[in-house]
Amino acid sequence: MTRAADRAKARPPWALIPLAVLAAAFLVVPFLALLQRTPWTGLGDLIGRPVVVDALRLSLLSSLAATGAALVLGIPLAWLLARQRFPGRSVVRAMVLLPMVLPPVVGGAALLFAFGRRGLLGEPVYDQTGLLLPFSTAGVIVANTFVAMPFLIITVEAGLRSMDRRYEDAAATLGASAWTVFRRITVPMVAPSIVAGAVLCWARALGEFGATVTFAGNLQGRTQTMPLAVFLALESGDRQAAIALSLLLIVVSLAVMVPMRDRWLGV
Amino acid sequence: MFAARIELRIGSLDIDVAVDAADGETVALLGPNGAGKTTILRAIAGLLAIERGRIEVDGLVLDDPAAGVFVPTADRPIGLVFQDYLLFPRMSALDNVAFGLRARGMDKPAARAAAAGWLERFGLTGHAASRPRALSGGQSQRVALARALATSPRLLLLDEPLAALDAGTRVQVRTSLRRYLATFGGARILVTHDPVDAMVLADRVIVVEDGRVIQAGTVTDVARHPRSRYVADLVGVNLLHGTRAEPYLVRLASGAELVVADPLPGDEVVVAVRPQAVAVYRDRPDGSPRNVWPATVADVEVDRDRVRVQLEGPVPVVAEVTPGALAELELAPGTRVWAAVKAVELSVYTQ
Amino acid sequence: MKLRLALILATAALLAGCSDTGGGTGSATPTGADSAGATPASGKITVFAAASLTDAFQQLGDQFEAAHPGAKVEFNFAASSALREQIIGGAPADVFASANESNMTQVVDAGLATGPAPFVTNVLQIAVPPDNPGQVAGLSDFAKPDLLIGLCAEEVPCGEFGRESLAKAGVTPSIDTNEPDVRSLITKVENGDLDAGIVYHTDVLAASDAVKGIDIPDDQNVVATYPIAALSGSGQADLASQFVEYVRSPDGQQVLESFGFRPA
Repeated sequence: MTRAADRAKARPPWALIPLAVLAAAFLVVPFLALLQRTPWTGLGDLIGRPVVVDALRLSLLSSLAATGAALVLGIPLAWLLARQRFPGRSVVRAMVLLPMVLPPVVGGAALLFAFGRRGLLGEPVYDQTGLLLPFSTAGVIVANTFVAMPFLIITVEAGLRSMDRRYEDAAATLGASAWTVFRRITVPMVAPSIVAGAVLCWARALGEFGATVTFAGNLQGRTQTMPLAVFLALESGDRQAAIALSLLLIVVSLAVMVPMRDRWLGV
Repeated sequence: MFAARIELRIGSLDIDVAVDAADGETVALLGPNGAGKTTILRAIAGLLAIERGRIEVDGLVLDDPAAGVFVPTADRPIGLVFQDYLLFPRMSALDNVAFGLRARGMDKPAARAAAAGWLERFGLTGHAASRPRALSGGQSQRVALARALATSPRLLLLDEPLAALDAGTRVQVRTSLRRYLATFGGARILVTHDPVDAMVLADRVIVVEDGRVIQAGTVTDVARHPRSRYVADLVGVNLLHGTRAEPYLVRLASGAELVVADPLPGDEVVVAVRPQAVAVYRDRPDGSPRNVWPATVADVEVDRDRVRVQLEGPVPVVAEVTPGALAELELAPGTRVWAAVKAVELSVYTQ
Repeated sequence: MKLRLALILATAALLAGCSDTGGGTGSATPTGADSAGATPASGKITVFAAASLTDAFQQLGDQFEAAHPGAKVEFNFAASSALREQIIGGAPADVFASANESNMTQVVDAGLATGPAPFVTNVLQIAVPPDNPGQVAGLSDFAKPDLLIGLCAEEVPCGEFGRESLAKAGVTPSIDTNEPDVRSLITKVENGDLDAGIVYHTDVLAASDAVKGIDIPDDQNVVATYPIAALSGSGQADLASQFVEYVRSPDGQQVLESFGFRPA
């Protein structure tokens, strides 16, 4: 940046600076504390253990699958909420927000009541087919989707509401069917919201613990995700392992979110 | 060939108009903002449904509530050029123009080839790959026009096509738009609030105010015989409403009376006075003009070698004089003067 | 430039303010009244106790408060391993009652407790839903892959003991979940989401009709010895040791036995 441009830059309202610094410190210092306690020597061994590799693999798999499910199911719902008037719309919107408000463990319990072996839907399905979601990887994905999808829906709905709908009118006058308008005009125009929503959803799914352990249980390789592994490591007093796992989780998250931030979320 | 009777209510505005246009004809919907012109256009396009009436293009009924017919926008053989052009921002100019063709089932290479042809016709071949934000106002307008025409519509609708351009570009584009429109064989309906647009681009004008058609006819007719304050203001004519007092006498609301040269055509009349026909004196003149009255100068507007003097009094009019006269008579707001108009200069017609 | 510098300095200052206290042997700072001169029967103590002691200790607490007017007993119930971590991390506790010896040993090794003594024992029991859908009869059924079997995680005492018991019975279990604590395990058994789990006998009793208990023969069962100790850093040393004595007294033992615990 040249000096001239610097001089012309707008002055920030100075009162905000100390608060902003405090906020940044509040969020960053715990991570720095974590870094300070990291057992740098032997980190490789800690991270290479099968239990860690399994947990990481499972976390990545389930969080990505949950994000995929959220995109497929969430975008249509977001569209419906943003564009269609129907009786009970505000109720539906409030219910979509519920998983964000419920304590995750309660969410997990609710999932059991619905899809557990004696659940509202789970029981008939189990009796007919023997298929069961709890204690399976699919169950982890369901739990992750349940808590994370609302983030995507809310973000995409906001994007759809704020977009200039006249472009859709223009497409209609050119003969585009409703589906074509959605595919070629609407979705590209709200792409930034979709990406932002997907990133939020993925991050939430990656860190999800309460609903997962309550609904899907905990078993290495099948349902033990990273957050569960960290929790159990702490429980057993293996502080080093807990820190190493946490660090791994943080690194993976940053690796995805840092490149995303400016390009997409900044739009 | 387009014919429509449109009745609908939007917000607090009641619209009840009849619009028609022949193939090869450009009809301008002229009116002030809020008159409902854009709404009428949206109804023709199918973005709004009418409540009563009928919209028909080349015999194809697009909207007829009484008969339960409503053809959705995507199935109407119309092309619409929006005020802000609304070129799809993430597509190149070529893809924008090809969009309608692809949406109707043409495969990509064929659509693009056809689009390239259109761009060439509009002199935009060099900009085919450009994104809309890289195009100038005039270029964007041409792309929007090409996009609308590419699907071979039977009716072309244009919503304030020059509004988004700056004054200099507007003049240029207006002229070239006239040329492009002439190449389209179907009917064209143009919405504008600028009478010059109507004058240059349209064959016929329909004046719409408050959701109603005030006047319709050729541009010259409307300009010569404005029926509403709006049009009169637009073409710079003074308009006075009055009633018949005697065969050659019109009584205005203020009580003042004007002598006219032609027999009055009805009981409720409109008197049109060109500003150029109003003479201004310091002292009461004594001469042939039959209409002489006292007035006070309300405002003075100098425009190069013409001065428009707004006069208040029993006969509120705008007079046009030379700067020399302004100086000599020392005309300024508040000055008491006398105004005079010859009876033969007054045009009278019924409302 | 200036802004960036300010941020770096602020962060550095905050970091410098932190010192490494974790992993070491920080002792809980004494709070409350000085033990020498204060009235022994009044004050507040915090008891960290294993989750399986919840109901029993709450009753003990009430009775202790009734017998010692002015005394207040507060509880923190959790998995013994979690409690151990908290105590070592400096949490203010006066008494620690653990579900196994190893957690207590670690606290003692950290210099935070002396003279721990066993006060009750607990045995394991198989818990199944009231209608026993898996038709579980004993530990050998835990090897059946088509049954949904849950254990406590290895990291918590009941998980450690459960595995010990299975090993004694020579059974390789087909585990479907390792629940982080007994509570969540029992809840899943209650709801029928699991066919069987291994929990403490006291847990089965506490759940009464919600769960059906199946005994484990003595030669396969594990006896869990629960030690209790007053913590060295306690600011209420007298009151704390009084509570410990009460727990081990005949009155206390009676209460504990009513909940299914066995004498130490």
